[in-house]
Amino acid sequence: MSDKYVSLSNLTLSYGKTVAVPNLNLDVVEGELIALLGPSGCGKTTTMRAIAGLLQPTSGSIAIDGRDVTRVAANKRGIGLVFQSYALFPHLSAFENVAFGLRLQKMSDAEVRKRTDAGIATVGLTGFEKRKPAEMSGGQQQRLALARSLVMEPKVLLLDEPLSNLDARLRLEMRTELQRVQKATGVTMVFVTHDQSEALALADRIVLMKDGKIEQLGTPHELYAKPATAFAAEFMGFENIFRVEGGNLVSDSGQLPLGFNAVSPMLAWRPSGVQVGRGPFSGTVSASSFAGGHREYVIDTPLGEIKADASIETPEVPIGDTIAFDLPEAAARPLSV
Amino acid sequence: MKDLTSWAIISITLTFLIGPFIIIIFAGASAGEALAFPPDGLSLKWYLKVFTIESFRQSFILSMGLAIFGTLAALLLGVPAAYALNRYDLPGAETIRTIVASPIIVPGIIVGLALLRYLVIPTGFTVTLALFLAHTALVLPYAVRVVSSSLNNLRSDMEEAAVLLGCTRLQAFTKVVLPNIQGGVLAAFILGFVTSFNQVPVSLFLSGPGVKTLPIDMLAYMEITYDPSVAALSALLAFMSLAIVFVAERLLGFSRYV
Repeated sequence: MSDKYVSLSNLTLSYGKTVAVPNLNLDVVEGELIALLGPSGCGKTTTMRAIAGLLQPTSGSIAIDGRDVTRVAANKRGIGLVFQSYALFPHLSAFENVAFGLRLQKMSDAEVRKRTDAGIATVGLTGFEKRKPAEMSGGQQQRLALARSLVMEPKVLLLDEPLSNLDARLRLEMRTELQRVQKATGVTMVFVTHDQSEALALADRIVLMKDGKIEQLGTPHELYAKPATAFAAEFMGFENIFRVEGGNLVSDSGQLPLGFNAVSPMLAWRPSGVQVGRGPFSGTVSASSFAGGHREYVIDTPLGEIKADASIETPEVPIGDTIAFDLPEAAARPLSV
Repeated sequence: MKDLTSWAIISITLTFLIGPFIIIIFAGASAGEALAFPPDGLSLKWYLKVFTIESFRQSFILSMGLAIFGTLAALLLGVPAAYALNRYDLPGAETIRTIVASPIIVPGIIVGLALLRYLVIPTGFTVTLALFLAHTALVLPYAVRVVSSSLNNLRSDMEEAAVLLGCTRLQAFTKVVLPNIQGGVLAAFILGFVTSFNQVPVSLFLSGPGVKTLPIDMLAYMEITYDPSVAALSALLAFMSLAIVFVAERLLGFSRYV
């Protein structure tokens, strides 16, 4: 097992004069499932395209399994990519789609057939060999795209927003499928997503990116529980983020006294961390909605809007009424800017 | 009332579109000696006579050759051009598109005169070669236009997928792009063929002694002989075009591309 199976060093990527990713350093461990997470324009897709060889870096280097591949053409890198649109070949049958890459190699027909059949079986599409991609469902098309990449036995498998085009049920199915395939083949997977729940559920490690730089890198648990910056906290569902100035919580709309000592420049609370119904502060309920296990309030306060989740055991406070709340120390997450 | 108006409009339109065609068919089927409508009795003699006129046979072969090979040459240039314009962010791509489309916009008389004055006279090209070059240039805009529209419908990530599976760029083009735009290429061929075959103004300038395309030959024939054979030939050619378009529509849904 190599800790630097895919190694990006001082990688700078640009489109014309626009620098999308300045000086990125990242090591991917062999056999792990790593997520590049961030909003659109953060450089995650650009980074993935550079690893695949579809985009030539402006400077820096990319090494895979100890070999510098920066100048190696995309068709010689041995990397698989499952496109967001799947990019299946519409004129070919499912079988020929999967066999496409194998047929380009010097391989006997029998061998091609054997490996294609095995690849199709891996993703559970046996019996669909003769269908054209257009005759398959979205979920089947994606599994076909996955099989087409997997039969090539790639060193690294890249996936672009693998779950985004699927409905909720298929999403869960595909998630399990990807984890199973990864366990079975041991292939190193890098996937790109803008959806933190996707990243949290699938990845061994998450690379949170912003403006082409790594904002935070860690396990899903680390990122979820301990976001380091306001950007990371916001991405991980901390909806109430305030500055700390001279013993007060401060926002653009006003301030409230902080009931405890804080050394960090910012503090953040999840809606579930805000205490509702009692506490030293009060505000007006401006919105309220039932969310199954809890009730979601939006409270107008001197700090602006605060999002708070209340137990459904407590009686509902109608919109327009005053509600007491607290921002407790125990649920506060300290942030560095 | 509204129904009546729209029926009236449709009838008038169809009359103007199909009417001349019907007149030609009957004028050619005349039993008389002069081109007239209504004809003096009906017979197929002029339809049969068309095949015996030697100059028509020669010019038909020339027109066929020009239409087939001119269009093939235009596709040979046009497919890569359309691909480059579509896939690469070329400097001045818009200008190139406009220049490529210009033979459609500029009147054929001017194109013909310009080619004669600045290509044929200074270079001394043979009439056949000049006609071939002119027809290639005339068909090229259609080739680029039609192939472009089918390339637009083809996502570029398919080629990237092919490359990542081991294809060179050229293999990705032949194995993935071409099979998926073949309908568009065929449509461009048919459109180019018909355009070239029916071309008059440019060919008028470039035709030389003994080398005439069929439409020019028909014009020349009519100046001397005013018999119904030209009408018969016109009807036959119209049927040929109709058959081509009909087969194309059946085979590949031609109307999607034009």
